Amino acid sequence: MIPIPPAIQRIPWKLIAILSGIAGFGLLVLYSAAGGNWSPWALQQGARFLIFLSMALVIGRFPLRIFEDFTYIAYIGVLVLLFAVELLGFVGGGSQRWLNLGFMNLQPSELMKVAIVVALARFYAQLPPGNTRTFTALWPAMVMIGLPAALVMLQPDLGTALSICVGGVVVMFVAGLPFWWFGSTAVAGLAALPVLFSFLHDYQQKRVLIFLDPESDPLGAGYHISQSKIAIGSGGIGGKGFLNGSQSHLDYLPEGHTDFIFATMAEEWGLIGGLALLFGFFLLLRWSTRVALKARTRFGQLAAAGLTMTIFFYIAINLMMVMGLAPVVGIPLPLFSYGGSSMLTIMTCVGIILAIENDSKTGTRRFH
Amino acid sequence: MPKKSPPITEAWRGITFTRRALVVGGAQAAVGVALAARMAYISVVDNDRYVLESESNRVNLTLIPPRRGWIVDRNGKALTNNRVSLRIDIIPDRLHDRKLVLGQLQTLLRLDGDAMERINRDLKAASGFQPVAVKEDMTEAEYSSILVRLPELPGIAPQRGFARNYPTGAAVGHLIGYVGAPNAEEYEKAKDPLYITPGYKIGKDGLEKYFQEMLKGEPGARRVEVTARGKVVRDLSTQADVQGKTVHLTIDADLQEYVARRMGRESGAAVVIDCHNGDILAFVSMPSFDPNSFSDGISTSEYAWLRADDHQPLINKATRGLYPPGSTLKPMAAIAAVGHGVDPSERHTCIGGYRLGNRFFRCLGTHGSLDMPSAIMKSCNSYFYWLAHRLGYDAMAPTARLLGLGEEYQLAGSNQRYGTIPDSAWKMKKYDQQWSASDSLNAVIGQGYVSVNPLQLAVMTARIASGRRLYPRLINREFKNEPLPFSAEALAAARHGMDLVVNGPGGTAGRSRLPLDGITMAGKTGTAQVRGLNTGNGRAGTWKFRDHGLFVGFAPVDNPRYATAVVIEHGMGGSRAAAPVAKDFMTFLFDREKAMEALATLEAGWGGTIKERMDRDYAAWKSGTASDPEPGVPQ
Repeated sequence: MIPIPPAIQRIPWKLIAILSGIAGFGLLVLYSAAGGNWSPWALQQGARFLIFLSMALVIGRFPLRIFEDFTYIAYIGVLVLLFAVELLGFVGGGSQRWLNLGFMNLQPSELMKVAIVVALARFYAQLPPGNTRTFTALWPAMVMIGLPAALVMLQPDLGTALSICVGGVVVMFVAGLPFWWFGSTAVAGLAALPVLFSFLHDYQQKRVLIFLDPESDPLGAGYHISQSKIAIGSGGIGGKGFLNGSQSHLDYLPEGHTDFIFATMAEEWGLIGGLALLFGFFLLLRWSTRVALKARTRFGQLAAAGLTMTIFFYIAINLMMVMGLAPVVGIPLPLFSYGGSSMLTIMTCVGIILAIENDSKTGTRRFH
Repeated sequence: MPKKSPPITEAWRGITFTRRALVVGGAQAAVGVALAARMAYISVVDNDRYVLESESNRVNLTLIPPRRGWIVDRNGKALTNNRVSLRIDIIPDRLHDRKLVLGQLQTLLRLDGDAMERINRDLKAASGFQPVAVKEDMTEAEYSSILVRLPELPGIAPQRGFARNYPTGAAVGHLIGYVGAPNAEEYEKAKDPLYITPGYKIGKDGLEKYFQEMLKGEPGARRVEVTARGKVVRDLSTQADVQGKTVHLTIDADLQEYVARRMGRESGAAVVIDCHNGDILAFVSMPSFDPNSFSDGISTSEYAWLRADDHQPLINKATRGLYPPGSTLKPMAAIAAVGHGVDPSERHTCIGGYRLGNRFFRCLGTHGSLDMPSAIMKSCNSYFYWLAHRLGYDAMAPTARLLGLGEEYQLAGSNQRYGTIPDSAWKMKKYDQQWSASDSLNAVIGQGYVSVNPLQLAVMTARIASGRRLYPRLINREFKNEPLPFSAEALAAARHGMDLVVNGPGGTAGRSRLPLDGITMAGKTGTAQVRGLNTGNGRAGTWKFRDHGLFVGFAPVDNPRYATAVVIEHGMGGSRAAAPVAKDFMTFLFDREKAMEALATLEAGWGGTIKERMDRDYAAWKSGTASDPEPGVPQ
């Protein structure tokens, strides 16, 4: 047997294979969505994937300690950016979600999805075990989630706000906070739904209503969902064949390369393609869940579990949306949809989880 | 709320974490399975439905309205055909920016406020892919100005279609009728998607309506692949339309046009019938409307103009106009009298009238001693008063009916008012009164209760000329046309009298002899009073109260081929108004050039052809109504 150099052994080949498989499939779909063309989407997306993958691998090599030390600073920094965006929007006279950094548009709310998870993981890692069931375990977390969620809601961006909340709440949940807190909050939340609904913007309310009855407005906002279902449904088991999707190629499917890319894919690849993609995501999430379970430190455990949820939330909401199970919220399909912001977030998540995995290989488990 | 909780240690925390992480992971897996199941449901169970919806997205089926069948005359000349029409429609489903597109169209096509209002109204009522017409009959320039901007105008569908064309316009208005877009009621009845396809027209009146089933044809269909914005990607398949069948009429198109033009500015009707078989060669009611205007969707103001005209261009006077026939019924009375034993050579002396009891019925002249033919020639009322008093009108009415008066014919596409041939039974039934001798006297000179339409007069003349029971026909329809039960002597007396009317010394239509060698026309003039007998003077004054002028005739005298009847409303006398018209179109049947010369002179005096005059009158009327609140009446 040829001895494999440790440097090569240390590279997470399996993870790279999973990520490349998903992203590569996405590139094929983007190629088709552009009418059989590498431009304008597939080529750019491919380059972006390579850059972000390298970035994730580099992040994965950082000692976990660094993340623990800098989480609060990162969280506060992102929170400041969110304020800045809100202020800029206020000054500019309109809602704005990003900051123009010259070379790219930075969307702080995307960064917050990661920052909230690691910050809460840090908070609960430091919390003495005896305090787990006290109010001390609750209120700082509530403030840390509530502030950015409120700011993002103001933008208004319901999908991202939900994503931030879900990431944070899952960290609280796995941190061992009393079960009945979550149960009663869920019940109270359900009861308060009508009130919350009234806080939504008109267009958001409309989307929810149309989600409940898409046929009520087949040409307006319900159009997205109807056309998406038509695309998926008409694909059948084997699909219409590569480059043969009429829904996407004839522009019936809106946003066929971004939020609704799953429908574009399903039309041409059918149920088989859909299950293959779901399997790819399953492998990715299984890996990150395993990392969480095997993590050496409590911070690693909580962070990995929370980031897994963040990735999962993207996938689940997007797929529910394209299949008509959730209202239209602008959440892309991770690694698959064309776009930089979401890929940056996902790859950051992957990088941190990778760092946790590497950390768990370096020493004995310690929980504090 | 746990009452006895275990002490919280790091180990407990670790176990709790593992347990809860597994719960979260399990929940995620469950959601994943649910998503897979949902996808399987959509793409396998509902597959058929979504394949169908995807196809209906992708494929756009448009009906191609069929070309309508032609209506041709006896020689195959088109009375109505189709011409290419360039049109623009809107597909509502594809119209994303309605304001922008409509604004563009308004500028490019110079649409007025009425048109925009109609388009907006139609758009509101239309649904889905049901096209809404924007403009028809566009010029090539307008059409191409839209074509080049098509990519910026999503939802706009240009089409090369066909429109109905009537080459002789108003001359065939009442004969052929017109076509128009089906209305909501007609669509409800037919339930045919073709009925709401822009550019599809159905027969609305006259023969166009009567022969709708024959003329309509089979629609074609075009399947195209389209993008969501309505851009056609490629043609999938096209099925050509099948043109409607051609309808052959007995009409002579040239004669029809000539007669219509020869009517000039008068209001009236003329019918020409072939004495061999009852073929209607010309069937004219003037003034008329231009069926081209109706078929393109007539404007409200043009329709108002037609309605305001006191010459009633919207009424087909040939079958819907009832007139007292006046003296045109005298040959009929002569036939009846001979049938009841009156010798045609028996003489009666006209003393300027006829005394019945204490009333004196006037004659138009003092004609002296007359036999039957010369009484017809001079149109002597006294002679026929004498006959009517002697025989009673009950003896004459059956003859009138045998000659086709008072009868409704089986005639394609016509809507007839068949008038009255009175007798004692009729009067008893209608007024519950005894028939009087003076009723007979009035009836015999075609006044009083008698009323007929011009078509009946033409049929009567054709029957007198041929001696057979001819039925008028517009298509090749078989009638028996058996001989009438009149003696040769009776028919000869009537025909001889009619010959004298035109060709005899001092006949009432002597000025209307045919300007031809060897061909003569026989006839009978009639003047029907509009106001009551003996009241006022029907020869001058207000148009509406002037006498009607009538003429019936046939030619050639010795071997009758063509029979005709002409009615000129308020023409102040048959010999003055009606007979010259008949003279000219009868001439046309034998010598076209000579007849056309006569017409050219006349039309120069009237101010041009029918279309030129109508256009001018309409323009004058429009400018008149614009300034004058009380709409003026043309002519």
